[in-house]
Amino acid sequence: MDLEGQGRIKQAVERAGTDNVVAILGANSPAAVEMTALTLKSGDPSYAGPLAGIELGIPSFHILEAAITEQIDPALYERELALPALAMDVDEVVKPLLTIREN
Amino acid sequence: MIDLKGKRVLAIGERDGVNGAAIEACVRSAGAEILYVETQCFV
Repeated sequence: MDLEGQGRIKQAVERAGTDNVVAILGANSPAAVEMTALTLKSGDPSYAGPLAGIELGIPSFHILEAAITEQIDPALYERELALPALAMDVDEVVKPLLTIREN
Repeated sequence: MIDLKGKRVLAIGERDGVNGAAIEACVRSAGAEILYVETQCFV
Protein backbone atom coordinates (compact mmCIF):
# COMPACT_ATOMS: atom_id res chain seq x y z
CA MET A 1 0.00 0.00 0.00
CA ASP A 2 1.51 3.33 -1.00
CA LEU A 3 2.18 6.06 1.51
CA GLU A 4 -0.40 8.48 0.11
CA GLY A 5 -3.07 5.79 0.31
CA GLN A 6 -2.15 5.10 3.93
CA GLY A 7 -2.53 8.78 4.71
CA ARG A 8 -5.96 8.98 3.08
CA ILE A 9 -7.16 5.86 4.91
CA LYS A 10 -5.85 7.23 8.19
CA GLN A 11 -7.85 10.43 7.62
CA ALA A 12 -10.97 8.44 6.69
CA VAL A 13 -10.91 6.33 9.85
CA GLU A 14 -10.01 9.31 12.05
CA ARG A 15 -13.15 10.96 10.68
CA ALA A 16 -15.48 7.95 10.77
CA GLY A 17 -14.00 5.55 13.33
CA THR A 18 -13.38 1.84 12.81
CA ASP A 19 -16.64 0.39 14.16
CA ASN A 20 -18.21 -1.99 11.69
CA VAL A 21 -15.49 -1.20 9.12
CA VAL A 22 -14.05 -3.84 6.80
CA ALA A 23 -11.69 -3.59 3.83
CA ILE A 24 -12.57 -5.21 0.53
CA LEU A 25 -9.50 -5.68 -1.65
CA GLY A 26 -9.15 -6.22 -5.37
CA ALA A 27 -5.41 -6.86 -5.89
CA ASN A 28 -4.40 -9.80 -8.05
CA SER A 29 -1.28 -10.94 -6.17
CA PRO A 30 -0.99 -12.65 -2.77
CA ALA A 31 1.88 -10.33 -1.77
CA ALA A 32 -0.07 -7.14 -2.43
CA VAL A 33 -3.13 -8.48 -0.63
CA GLU A 34 -1.02 -9.54 2.34
CA MET A 35 0.73 -6.18 2.71
CA THR A 36 -2.54 -4.26 2.58
CA ALA A 37 -4.30 -6.57 5.02
CA LEU A 38 -1.39 -6.46 7.50
CA THR A 39 -1.25 -2.68 7.30
CA LEU A 40 -4.96 -2.32 8.02
CA LYS A 41 -4.86 -4.80 10.88
CA SER A 42 -1.61 -4.11 12.69
CA GLY A 43 -0.03 -1.05 11.08
CA ASP A 44 2.43 -0.59 8.23
CA PRO A 45 4.90 -3.54 8.44
CA SER A 46 7.57 -1.47 6.70
CA TYR A 47 7.24 1.33 9.29
CA ALA A 48 7.49 3.84 6.43
CA GLY A 49 3.97 5.19 6.14
CA PRO A 50 1.41 7.15 8.15
CA LEU A 51 -0.08 3.88 9.49
CA ALA A 52 3.21 2.70 11.02
CA GLY A 53 2.55 1.57 14.60
CA ILE A 54 -1.20 2.16 14.27
CA GLU A 55 -3.28 -0.96 14.93
CA LEU A 56 -6.55 -0.24 13.22
CA GLY A 57 -7.76 -3.83 13.61
CA ILE A 58 -9.72 -3.65 10.35
CA PRO A 59 -10.35 -7.10 8.82
CA SER A 60 -9.69 -7.50 5.09
CA PHE A 61 -11.56 -9.62 2.57
CA HIS A 62 -11.07 -10.07 -1.16
CA ILE A 63 -13.90 -9.10 -3.48
CA LEU A 64 -13.59 -12.52 -5.18
CA GLU A 65 -13.92 -14.60 -1.99
CA ALA A 66 -16.97 -16.85 -2.26
CA ALA A 67 -18.42 -15.45 0.99
CA ILE A 68 -18.38 -11.99 -0.62
CA THR A 69 -19.37 -12.77 -4.21
CA GLU A 70 -22.49 -14.66 -3.15
CA GLN A 71 -23.85 -11.41 -1.66
CA ILE A 72 -23.33 -9.38 -4.85
CA ASP A 73 -26.01 -8.73 -7.44
CA PRO A 74 -25.48 -11.43 -10.11
CA ALA A 75 -25.67 -8.98 -13.01
CA LEU A 76 -22.99 -6.81 -11.40
CA TYR A 77 -20.87 -9.88 -10.77
CA GLU A 78 -21.03 -10.77 -14.46
CA ARG A 79 -20.21 -7.23 -15.54
CA GLU A 80 -17.45 -6.36 -13.06
CA LEU A 81 -16.00 -9.55 -11.58
CA ALA A 82 -16.41 -12.51 -13.92
CA LEU A 83 -13.41 -11.61 -16.07
CA PRO A 84 -10.99 -10.80 -13.22
CA ALA A 85 -12.07 -14.04 -11.53
CA LEU A 86 -10.98 -15.95 -14.63
CA ALA A 87 -7.67 -14.10 -14.88
CA MET A 88 -6.71 -14.50 -11.20
CA ASP A 89 -5.72 -17.50 -9.09
CA VAL A 90 -8.35 -16.64 -6.50
CA ASP A 91 -7.42 -19.37 -4.00
CA GLU A 92 -3.80 -18.23 -3.91
CA VAL A 93 -4.70 -14.55 -3.64
CA VAL A 94 -7.17 -15.17 -0.82
CA LYS A 95 -4.93 -17.52 1.20
CA PRO A 96 -2.96 -14.82 3.10
CA LEU A 97 -6.21 -13.16 4.16
CA LEU A 98 -7.50 -16.31 5.84
CA THR A 99 -4.32 -16.54 7.93
CA ILE A 100 -4.27 -12.84 8.82
CA ARG A 101 -7.92 -12.81 9.88
CA GLU A 102 -7.47 -15.89 12.08
CA ASN A 103 -4.39 -14.62 13.91
CA MET B 1 -19.29 -15.65 7.31
CA ILE B 2 -19.33 -11.89 6.92
CA ASP B 3 -22.57 -10.09 6.13
CA LEU B 4 -21.83 -6.98 4.06
CA LYS B 5 -25.20 -5.44 4.83
CA GLY B 6 -24.62 -2.44 7.08
CA LYS B 7 -20.85 -2.74 6.96
CA ARG B 8 -18.74 0.34 6.26
CA VAL B 9 -16.25 -0.52 3.55
CA LEU B 10 -12.78 0.61 2.54
CA ALA B 11 -12.72 -0.41 -1.14
CA ILE B 12 -9.08 -0.84 -2.11
CA GLY B 13 -8.87 -2.04 -5.69
CA GLU B 14 -6.02 -2.50 -8.08
CA ARG B 15 -5.79 -1.57 -11.73
CA ASP B 16 -4.64 -5.04 -12.81
CA GLY B 17 -7.11 -6.89 -10.59
CA VAL B 18 -10.50 -5.49 -9.62
CA ASN B 19 -10.56 -1.68 -9.53
CA GLY B 20 -11.98 0.39 -6.69
CA ALA B 21 -15.06 1.58 -8.60
CA ALA B 22 -16.06 -2.01 -9.40
CA ILE B 23 -15.65 -3.01 -5.74
CA GLU B 24 -17.74 0.00 -4.70
CA ALA B 25 -20.60 -0.91 -7.06
CA CYS B 26 -20.54 -4.56 -6.00
CA VAL B 27 -20.52 -4.04 -2.24
CA ARG B 28 -23.21 -1.35 -2.50
CA SER B 29 -25.40 -3.96 -4.21
CA ALA B 30 -24.92 -6.10 -1.09
CA GLY B 31 -26.08 -3.31 1.22
CA ALA B 32 -22.73 -1.94 2.40
CA GLU B 33 -21.83 1.71 2.90
CA ILE B 34 -18.67 3.06 1.26
CA LEU B 35 -16.18 4.99 3.41
CA TYR B 36 -13.25 5.14 1.02
CA VAL B 37 -12.42 4.08 -2.53
CA GLU B 38 -8.99 3.74 -4.10
CA THR B 39 -7.48 2.01 -7.11
CA GLN B 40 -3.84 1.15 -6.61
CA CYS B 41 -1.40 0.93 -9.49
CA PHE B 42 1.93 -0.80 -9.01
CA VAL B 43 3.38 -0.03 -12.46
